[in-house]
Amino acid sequence: MTEAWQRAFSRVPELLAAHVQISVSALFLAMLICLPLAIWAARSPKVAAVALTLASLVQTIPGLALLALFYPLLLGLSALLGGGISAFGFLPALLALTLYALLPILRNAVTGLSAVDPAITEAADGLGMTRGQKLYLVEAPLAAPTIMAGIRTAAVWTIGAATLSTTVGQPSLGDLIFAGLQTQNWTLVLTGCLFSAALAISVDLLLGLIERGIRERRKILAWAGMALIAAGLLIATLPLMIARDNVVIIGAKGFSEQYILARLIGSRLEEAGYKVRYRDGLGSAVVYQALSKGDIDVYVDYSGTLWTNQMERTDSQPKTVMLDMIAQWSSANHGVKMLGALGFENTYAFAVRPEDARQKTLKTLDDLARVSSDFNFGTDVEFLERPEWEMVQNAYPIRFKDARSFSPTFMYPALASGEVDVISAFSSDGRIAANNFVVLEDPKEAVPSYEAIVLLAPKRAGDEKFVAALNPLIGAITVEVMREANYMVDRTDDKKTARQAASWLNGKLRE
Amino acid sequence: MPVSGPSISLHKASRDYGTVRAVDSVSLEIAAGSLVALVGLSGSGKSTLLKMINRLVEPSSGTIRIGDEAVDSIDPHILRRRIGYVCQNIGLFPHMTIARNIAIGLELAGEKEGRAARVAALLDLVELPQAMASRMPDQLSGGQQQRVGVARALATRPGLMLMDEPFGALDPVTRDNLTDQYKALHEKLGLTTIIVTHDMAEALYLADRILVMEGGQIKADATPAQLLSGNVGAEAEALVAIPRAQAAHLIALGKSA
Repeated sequence: MTEAWQRAFSRVPELLAAHVQISVSALFLAMLICLPLAIWAARSPKVAAVALTLASLVQTIPGLALLALFYPLLLGLSALLGGGISAFGFLPALLALTLYALLPILRNAVTGLSAVDPAITEAADGLGMTRGQKLYLVEAPLAAPTIMAGIRTAAVWTIGAATLSTTVGQPSLGDLIFAGLQTQNWTLVLTGCLFSAALAISVDLLLGLIERGIRERRKILAWAGMALIAAGLLIATLPLMIARDNVVIIGAKGFSEQYILARLIGSRLEEAGYKVRYRDGLGSAVVYQALSKGDIDVYVDYSGTLWTNQMERTDSQPKTVMLDMIAQWSSANHGVKMLGALGFENTYAFAVRPEDARQKTLKTLDDLARVSSDFNFGTDVEFLERPEWEMVQNAYPIRFKDARSFSPTFMYPALASGEVDVISAFSSDGRIAANNFVVLEDPKEAVPSYEAIVLLAPKRAGDEKFVAALNPLIGAITVEVMREANYMVDRTDDKKTARQAASWLNGKLRE
Repeated sequence: MPVSGPSISLHKASRDYGTVRAVDSVSLEIAAGSLVALVGLSGSGKSTLLKMINRLVEPSSGTIRIGDEAVDSIDPHILRRRIGYVCQNIGLFPHMTIARNIAIGLELAGEKEGRAARVAALLDLVELPQAMASRMPDQLSGGQQQRVGVARALATRPGLMLMDEPFGALDPVTRDNLTDQYKALHEKLGLTTIIVTHDMAEALYLADRILVMEGGQIKADATPAQLLSGNVGAEAEALVAIPRAQAAHLIALGKSA
């Protein structure tokens, strides 16, 4: 086994435990909701119709969207109730996955309960059973195999969908998949897929064993299945039981630079004696809230992102003024400490192919506006919805022929291959230089500054050891070094992991 | 020790399903210890009438008494535990052994003592081998299953037995056998039995009183002998005519052979 595999596998136990924890919790909650509802529905066709329609409706919402929906919902709820509800991590993932698991359980339970032979229920009534006795002694045991089959289906769905909970900050095997996709580290992707598939298959087999035991009335089989599941649960969640006092959780958004910087911060904190865990692949909107709530301890954000998203500013200010205002704002409103800027910018940069830049004499965004009606635009998935795009459009009369969204990994090849003609690249991305792409200037300074800044959660703001461990990073990373580190992870040949790039970067820090 | 079955009394008992009147103001006295057959065509209301007695069907109007007690003064499940009920589809619980099926009434009543002995006695009573106790229902023939059905109904020592076409789905030999044996049980245990059947021959053979139903009303109320002698109304005559003609045909066949 190579080192890459070993490193990927070493992350599995903890993620598997979290994956099992969230899946099982969602499944139990779904059962808790569905079984009483099914009993009610089996006696009232109206209730059955409404419940099943709603459950089916939920099923039509893509899993990722369902997870995303719970984030603002919980934020709103938390605001209504005066805070205290975390819109991040376990709770939104639990709710979304529970909703997802409802349909198969509910449908099978209703089917199972209504399919009990009327002669048998009549006999039960004729013998003088109460409703409860009839349910407990007759209907439930007869419907059990069908109900169990529903639970089995729900379990497999839930385990699969749980990989998506990474995006709302709930650790799962999806962490490996998402991180691997971003950095094109197929070892990570495969490891994540392999273990989530293996988990789903083994749970399916064991629940199948229980189902068969119930159906064929072989109690030993059912008990054996349950014992194996219980043992599996215990073993899988063991890493969760290990005490994690004072563990620092480092957040990262879903791209290479974030992974590298998170590892750089992590290695420094480890040297200072902290235990460290990573929460990767967080959405831009989620991560700041998570920090202010203390769900994560530290992460790197960009000044322009906070300026536009969190502070909802649309005006332009000089770099240093902007940083001061952000520091003040976040400290006053959320107790978040801005430790400082790392020294490089990662702004939105419009990049074109070198031959186009030459032939069409493209130097600035004004030049781009001139040719934009012939150009296809490639962006990341969020740019078109971001205020920066509006700011650019307000400043320059750009109107593209067509616009397409890519994950960052595929955006650069799309420009290189001519699929699109201009992309909203990131200025610190190593693939700009590697492809000789030309970055267009922004003479009107429409795009705000995107200084990389280190933010600390309120509870770490006064932690002197913590601050001391990270202070040497402030102003120590040049854009050239960052680009090179990013490229080490993003390139296809001689690829490095985020950890390796971070350790390389650590050696290149500016004194 | 034979128990003494209760008497039954119905006063203007009716049951409506929407605009359809399934049972139409039936008044009736049934003496304790009698074996009454309710005979009629499908849809004549005989099953509905039967089920009104143990409140599987609630009467729309009228009163029904078992002994001195009005049935609606007792909780349905308590009422039903005192009444043996056997139906055509038997309705054994497929997930329980024969022994547990038979003892289920005792289980519901919370009687823990002597269940096994009671099951053994009931298996004897319905002439099933003791080895059946540990079997599952689907391992038994139809006739054996209905014997279990009867044993289950008798487990709590009810005085009143309500039987809804109990032997209707069985083959003629088994059916004849069971009819015979049930008649003996009825007498031995001193039960009051009301049995619904569409088979007049069975009613004539089994019952000591026959009620002929049509359109939700009782059109004839007579002993088997009175029915056979005629003059009890056209509806009864139509039903009696069938077994009589069959018997005549068989006798004629026998003579010509």
